[in-house]
Amino acid sequence: MTRIAEKPNMHAARMEAVKPLSVLDVNGNVASEVEMPQLNNNQLREIMRKMVFTRIWDQRAISLGRQGRLGFYAPVSGQEASMIGSQSALDKEDFILPGYRDIPQIVWHGLPLYQAFLYSRGHQHGGQIPAGVNVLIPQIIIGAQIVQTVGVAMGLKKRGKNNVAITFTGDGGSSQGDFYEGLNFAGAFKLPAIFVVQNNGYAISVPRHKQTTAETIAQKSLAAGIAGVQVDGMDVLAVYKAVADARERAINGGGPTLIETLTYRFGPHSLSGDDPTRYRSQTESGEWEPKDPLIRFRKFLEKKNLWNEADENRVIEEAKDAVTDAIKKAESIEKMTIPQMIDSMYENTPPYLQEQMKQFSAWEGK
Amino acid sequence: MAQMTMIQAITDAMRVELAKDENVLIFGEDVGHYGGVFRATEGLQKEFGEDRVFDTPLAESGIGGLAVGLGLQGFRPVAEIQFSGFMFEAMDSICGQSARMRIRSGGRFNSPIVFRSPYGVGVKAAEYHTDNLEGLLVQTPGLKVVIPSNPYDAKGLLISAIRDNDPVFFLEHMKLYRSFRQEVPEGEYTVPLGKANVVREGNDLTVIAYGAMVQTSLKAAEEIEKARGVKAEVIDLRTLSPLDTDTIVESVKKTNRAVVVQEAQQSAGIAAEVIARLNERAILHLEAPVLRIASPDISFTFPSVEDQWVPNPQRVVEGMNRVLDF
Repeated sequence: MTRIAEKPNMHAARMEAVKPLSVLDVNGNVASEVEMPQLNNNQLREIMRKMVFTRIWDQRAISLGRQGRLGFYAPVSGQEASMIGSQSALDKEDFILPGYRDIPQIVWHGLPLYQAFLYSRGHQHGGQIPAGVNVLIPQIIIGAQIVQTVGVAMGLKKRGKNNVAITFTGDGGSSQGDFYEGLNFAGAFKLPAIFVVQNNGYAISVPRHKQTTAETIAQKSLAAGIAGVQVDGMDVLAVYKAVADARERAINGGGPTLIETLTYRFGPHSLSGDDPTRYRSQTESGEWEPKDPLIRFRKFLEKKNLWNEADENRVIEEAKDAVTDAIKKAESIEKMTIPQMIDSMYENTPPYLQEQMKQFSAWEGK
Repeated sequence: MAQMTMIQAITDAMRVELAKDENVLIFGEDVGHYGGVFRATEGLQKEFGEDRVFDTPLAESGIGGLAVGLGLQGFRPVAEIQFSGFMFEAMDSICGQSARMRIRSGGRFNSPIVFRSPYGVGVKAAEYHTDNLEGLLVQTPGLKVVIPSNPYDAKGLLISAIRDNDPVFFLEHMKLYRSFRQEVPEGEYTVPLGKANVVREGNDLTVIAYGAMVQTSLKAAEEIEKARGVKAEVIDLRTLSPLDTDTIVESVKKTNRAVVVQEAQQSAGIAAEVIARLNERAILHLEAPVLRIASPDISFTFPSVEDQWVPNPQRVVEGMNRVLDF
């Protein structure tokens, strides 16, 4: 394991071979006892349940997308360890600011699944996060969530809460100006913020090596003077450990952390016409398949007699039923009208918009 | 009552709100110990502490994101963009994020933010410091845009803006900061957002203006009254979004003639919007086309040609004459 920010100087980060934090090897054996997070059997099983559920939901969502029953959807298979490992390490009161692919984190943090589907379908109710659920709607602008995280983290600190704000982006997001502004602000104000870059190797089609010549994305924390760590993003326990450590550091006044998870999306960037065969080789995809986070964690749990085929099948059925119910519910929600949307433009609708509401009500009535 | 310049009135508004509501936070570049490059925040850090009034690193997008995030946590951020031309760096936070927060979340979240920024021709500042960018902002649904023309309004409007639960962009004309004093009440009072002000009454034509162009229009109104006995009504829009259509329409129904004066470049600006609304609501009351007096459609001016660029009372008078003699 190499904790980049703990190195004596920034030059070392570039010269030494960087070895990402990992807990399990590819066969599901514990590779590093010292990094093993403190989780009881139920917690371990729950992490597996979330990952299997998410894999099934993702497969069903892709199918629903192809049937035209969802709108924009960015597949997540392959990134479950990165997403669920992160979310599982959080406290319910921690605040998640997701990118567009980070729906699993916000659903497992409390956003009802049918609302996630409504969001995908472009329905406003999808974004009406229930009270008490500390997440923001998915961000579409790459990087905007990173500077906003700084504000939420400052708010949590000012309110004296022992909580963190956590945000997610991809390797492409680390090229944005907002990435640097966010890291720098969080460092300057020593805020309880966690920045997770899920490095899946591609910003749509542009490979990581064309994104930056930096050896790692984690080392970008050095310039901001904050902690940084690179993690095996296919190892759910390693991701859990990295986020749990970052969280601990943040609420103890140690400031923000940048976490780079090395992961892979098995599917396309989105269902909106992306064809990964145009930019990824079969060999490459083949190399990543054995690293599937579900396989590795399943092997680990099976060796401890914490998971078996019946458990897996039960979760698969649970997920299928939940997705069916959620899409039915999403499809039963009344369509939005333009006047309804005008009504939520401002707290108090100004006169010129009231006029437009009347106009559109008359048109929609016809 | 105290005599205050507009900048003093603006500082006073922030002081009143900092004292009243602990959720109000003031931040930006150089706003803390230094008190702002125009001294708009002078003394506030000393009075309210670094937790409430603080400097940020030099990065406008970061300032914008900070404001959006703090808004999500129930704070009421007042973020200073040091000069108007620097707002481009923060445009996503201002127009893309804060203005859309309420509608994107179906009313679950809002952005009770005030972005403040100086702007305006006439002080020979460097390029990218004085640009009139209100048109870009007014094109953004969800954002309110306010431009005061005098100290009394500046304080009352800024207090209203800070208390508003929607994001407000508050633009302060640099030439008006210290050009005159006015009686400004101590303590709190508000001037409502979305209400224009009839600053001079008249029956013969209406001049619609905002910001420094209110003073220019008042001078023009006096000149034309001396020259040909015409009584011009002058309206200060005060809020550009939402625009107070009723006050404009009522005035034009009385005077039947209008000119609109804006300091910004002519095309697709506030004047065009005002004229469109007059067409929709008052066309049968018009005796002449409504003219706009504005700056040329070229990139924002170099200081050495500011005086030729900006509408002056003579250009406004010429426009008024054309409308009167149509």
